Amino acid sequence: MVDKPLTKNIDLARGPMDIAGYEAADGYQSLRAIAAGLSPDDVLQRVKDSGLKGRGGAGFPTGLKWSFVPRGDDAPKQKYLVVNADEMEPGTFKDRLLMEGDPHLLIEGMIIAAYTIGASVGYIFLRGEYVASERALNKAIAEAKEKGYLGRNILDSGYDLEIILHTSAGRYICGEETALLNALEGKRATPRAKPPFPQVSGLWGKPTIVNNVETLCNLPGILNYGVEWYHGLTRGKDHGTKLFGASGRVKSPGCWELPLGTPIREILEDKAGGMCDGYQLKAFLPGGASTDFMLPEHLDIPFDYDDVAKVGSRLATGTMIVLDDRTCPVGMIGNMMTFFAHESCGFCTPCRDGLPWVDAIFRELEAGKGKEKDLQILHDHVEYMGPGRTFCALAPGATAPLGSGLKHFAEDFARHIKERACPYRH
Amino acid sequence: MAKILVDGVEYDVDPENNLLQECLSQGLDLPYFCWHPCMGSVGACRQCAVKQYRDEEDEKGMIVMACMTPAADGSRISITDAQARLMREQVIESLMINHPHDCPVCEEGGECHLQDMTVMSGHNYRRYDKKKRTHQNQYLGPFINHEMNRCIACYRCVRYYDDYAGGTDLSAQASHHHVYFGRYEEGVLESEFSGNLVEVCPTGVFTDRVFSAHYTRKWDLQSAPSVCTGCGVGCNTTPGERYGTLRRIVNRYNSDVNGYFLCDRGRFGFEYVNSGERLSEPQVRVKGQTEAMAPEHIPSVLQQFTGDVIGIGSPRASNEGNFALQHLVGEENFYAGVADGEHAINQLILQLARDPAFHNPSIREIEQADAIIILGEDVTNVAPRVALALRQSVRNEARALAEKNKIPQWHDAAVRELAQHDRSPLSILSSYATRLDDIAEDSVIDGPAGLVQLAHAIAHRLNDEAADAEALEPAHSDAAGKIAAQLKGARRPLVIAGSASGSLELLQAASNIARALQSGRDTPVDFCTLVPEANTLGLTLLAREENSLGAALERIAAGKASKLIVLENDLYRRAAPAQVDAALGKLESLLVLDLMPTATTEKADYVLPVTAFSEQESTTVNYEGRAQLSFQVHQSASTARPAWLWLTPDNISRVDDLIELCSAQLARFGKLDDLLPDVSQFVSGMKVPRQSHRYSGRTAMRANINVHEGRQPQDDQSLLAFSMEGVSPLKNAAILGQAWAPGWNSNQSISKFQEEVNGELKQGHTGELLIARDGERLSYFPAPTAKSASGDGLELALAHQIFGSDELSARSEAIQQRMTGAYVSLAPSDAERLSLKQGDRVSLDGNGGLATVCIRKKMKPGTAAVYCGDNEINPHALEARVSLSKVDGESPVRALDGLIVSDLYEEAY
Repeated sequence: MVDKPLTKNIDLARGPMDIAGYEAADGYQSLRAIAAGLSPDDVLQRVKDSGLKGRGGAGFPTGLKWSFVPRGDDAPKQKYLVVNADEMEPGTFKDRLLMEGDPHLLIEGMIIAAYTIGASVGYIFLRGEYVASERALNKAIAEAKEKGYLGRNILDSGYDLEIILHTSAGRYICGEETALLNALEGKRATPRAKPPFPQVSGLWGKPTIVNNVETLCNLPGILNYGVEWYHGLTRGKDHGTKLFGASGRVKSPGCWELPLGTPIREILEDKAGGMCDGYQLKAFLPGGASTDFMLPEHLDIPFDYDDVAKVGSRLATGTMIVLDDRTCPVGMIGNMMTFFAHESCGFCTPCRDGLPWVDAIFRELEAGKGKEKDLQILHDHVEYMGPGRTFCALAPGATAPLGSGLKHFAEDFARHIKERACPYRH
Repeated sequence: MAKILVDGVEYDVDPENNLLQECLSQGLDLPYFCWHPCMGSVGACRQCAVKQYRDEEDEKGMIVMACMTPAADGSRISITDAQARLMREQVIESLMINHPHDCPVCEEGGECHLQDMTVMSGHNYRRYDKKKRTHQNQYLGPFINHEMNRCIACYRCVRYYDDYAGGTDLSAQASHHHVYFGRYEEGVLESEFSGNLVEVCPTGVFTDRVFSAHYTRKWDLQSAPSVCTGCGVGCNTTPGERYGTLRRIVNRYNSDVNGYFLCDRGRFGFEYVNSGERLSEPQVRVKGQTEAMAPEHIPSVLQQFTGDVIGIGSPRASNEGNFALQHLVGEENFYAGVADGEHAINQLILQLARDPAFHNPSIREIEQADAIIILGEDVTNVAPRVALALRQSVRNEARALAEKNKIPQWHDAAVRELAQHDRSPLSILSSYATRLDDIAEDSVIDGPAGLVQLAHAIAHRLNDEAADAEALEPAHSDAAGKIAAQLKGARRPLVIAGSASGSLELLQAASNIARALQSGRDTPVDFCTLVPEANTLGLTLLAREENSLGAALERIAAGKASKLIVLENDLYRRAAPAQVDAALGKLESLLVLDLMPTATTEKADYVLPVTAFSEQESTTVNYEGRAQLSFQVHQSASTARPAWLWLTPDNISRVDDLIELCSAQLARFGKLDDLLPDVSQFVSGMKVPRQSHRYSGRTAMRANINVHEGRQPQDDQSLLAFSMEGVSPLKNAAILGQAWAPGWNSNQSISKFQEEVNGELKQGHTGELLIARDGERLSYFPAPTAKSASGDGLELALAHQIFGSDELSARSEAIQQRMTGAYVSLAPSDAERLSLKQGDRVSLDGNGGLATVCIRKKMKPGTAAVYCGDNEINPHALEARVSLSKVDGESPVRALDGLIVSDLYEEAY
């Protein structure tokens, strides 16, 4: 039985399969099921039953999200599916693997999702730097069109779907689903207030589902092999497999498909090969830059949504950034603050003006010009830019490494001030 | 109604509103920046943070933004909660990071919302010790100064300028803490409503450039409630004076008329008041030479004007001036000082105003319309504030969509994102592309005669009792059906026509449309009849129908009147020069009362200087028939007096007495004296101060002349005093010039004087509608048989410009920088046929004036839209069809450079 439904076709040395190869490997089976009469309601029920949660970071149940799309005669006729392929979370390169390695899997996932919600147009909002993904997807879209899997009256089902690939001009905030929609409409990429949620008023004001690449890539497997098979994949409480990654001073950084609930230690030690020689694990960010630091004592907890949340962090993208004992944590957090400050869209005050201040303090700390009072200002900003205070999740995301860093690495911060220099620089 | 708890106190609120708006309506202080009372919420600034509790049990609560949270029944919030206060303080601390703290040299200082909110939040100690980011500023034209370093990025400017006012050339640029609000390159802000940026910006980024040239603090300005005289809308204003000169005009809230916004003509078109050209002393012409006239001679001069004397009034003069003249010469000898064609249209407007089938909507009511048709009026250039209202009317479709999707109306961004480009239908019938075309569902461009036919066709399709068009162009047939269907399907349709188009037939056809819409409805249909000048309707109410200007000129020419008094009017703008010359040449003596020298004062035997709008108390009647009272702001620096004071006998020395006399004598002005403030509500002897309690320098401002403190000027005319002393508006706001409340120094303090946010002023009134709907129901007008004008040449249509078409504001320096010279708009094919190029100078046959050729892509071939400039061309000397001949070697005073149109033909330019 298939145990790696997301990456089973991926061989980076070979390159992505063409449509024939993909079909030979059970590809586009779901289309035949749809053509044979599988209704949108049936698909929705299966996705709900599967327990699939969004892989973009928030972990919101996918079926539930879809069910908010208005249906019936009163609902707007035009609906949209948008794929969030704007993978810009620092340390995260999982969607890239999927798009470069097996683009047809995403196309098939899109067809399933769009069919379920009744969307006749699907957009892929792709990170501009992902040129290899762009090439692979364009080829896959053309192949699928030629086969009649996209376009009008797909396999005589009466269902139409057009897929439009849009390459982003590039801002981190475009990964926020509503800012993404504004960018797609040609407007400034600033987030929209929720509610109304995109499911009700999204792209061009019409009901829209925005899903992450990896989320959609889960769908063909669920439809092809069934919900029970899907439930059997996991080692933890959440269902399915997940792409996990590790970067930093580990022996072999990379990205691997593993069952959800795999203990973190296994990923770090077996897959990533452990720390590089001479380096000790100091801490790690479990799912990109917007997550709280976890410590070596957390290595044995299963990597899934709930268990990570219990220790105060988030699974998020599931791609770890590893901090070793010879890298300055203040420098690392400072780098992230520079990134977040630069990527703030500038719409709401705490994020726009708070992050540059935080960033400026980190620069002074590293230059040995830090002051005692600066630590208080940093602490103040953790709350000030926290959840509920800002317009979107960008600044609260930035406070995750900042707040947890201030807690875990208090001594490092203090030494920067006391020694008027970065103690890690020799 | 819903009940909410704010810090343990229960309030009755409207659950359709958000918590911020309701808190302000309840008189609570809660700081905010990005929210605006009529632009709703976007949640950008995070300043209005409050603590919200789930229920009685919840003690922890969570921070929410009041502006983004509905005032749902049972809501429990705290403004005073320590965490909420800290959050609000932190937001100010953030905003102050890059703010330059240049308050002492900032024009906004003293009326700065950012200053007020900073004090209110409690932030006072600066912790940020790094560099500030700086921006470069842009030149934005003669009206607005730009100082981006002061920006706190509340996004109000772009939300107002682009989303609310339909501008396209101001935008938010860059990102993170470098966000920049400006044009893509330096240049004049194109919107006719750019001046409101000054009041929308909560700090000093966009400031009034005219005011900035010699700015003073708000508290040092002497001010009083006034009414704009720039057009027929009558927006309420607060002019401010210092050291004897008028310094600026700001908006004065009137819930029914202008709300929070003015147009740029109204805001910046006041500088003529300070002009050195003003007539400053009585003059007499002796042997062709003008000499000053000693005051003691004036009574004897006026006594000469008896017997066969007639008077010509003016649509730019107040009711008091016109009434005093009429009173002096007798009703049968009082003539309307408008062009004959306009006079005839005004008569119909008055009849329609009395017709019970119709309602002439206020600005607020115009904003309720959900399908609109404009016939021939270039609203943006003739009645600009109405155009701004129409930009809100077309959003009713968005509001309906939002309601259907359960999105609250105050959730501005969400409503706009939902509706995108879905708008309520607006149809424009015009002879040239107008500035409202961008929001129009249908824009039909044709010559005036073709528009009349189309209008009849629409009326007929609405109700076949209305005569069908006799000669509808086949190409317009679909438009007629579509427009009729849109109007018919509307809940509150609106028909707009008026006199600026110069076409009586078009107004008649418009009334057919309105009447056809009304048939089958229980309520009157909104029929907005626009007039171009401040008191056109007041004059029309006063002058007899047969007493047209032409009749007056004929009477003089026939030798049946030898003496003429002209009130605030330049006859050379109202009739063909030859006709005026012929009449004036016959006169024995001519007395002209005016503010500025004109072609008519040149011909006068006697000239009496009159006060400007801000130097007198007066009433005017706007397009709706709404009479409004404007108070004197400051004293005239010269011997100018209000016209009525020159003209009335000695027993009337107070304007209030004259207004009461007018009400008593003329039933149609019966309600005019209701405008006068009720004296009994003020404590005996106490007046209302024109100067704020912080007014400075009173004893010093004349010290360079005399160190002795002079007596304050006395005002024996009104309830107001040229003083700091008297009844504070906080005690009685029946006369509210500048709004101010403790802690609220900016214009945002207005919420303290409203019944509720966006409601009526607590003690003020919105004017008196003079015209009762007690006239007869007119019947449908027949459709003209064919195109009325035929023959050679191009069919004439008149064009107007917001900057230039109004005689007085055109004498203001800032306005002059935005004015364009006379031009004639042509279709490319006509230009080619006549071998004319963009920018060529042409003479219009039958008229001495020259115009610049303006080739526009959307012009209908065979028509010419002529803009007469600042009387460079006399429109009354033009035939219904004009022919053009090229004039070489003439360079225009003003080229087309300042002209903002969407369809300029560029290839040959």
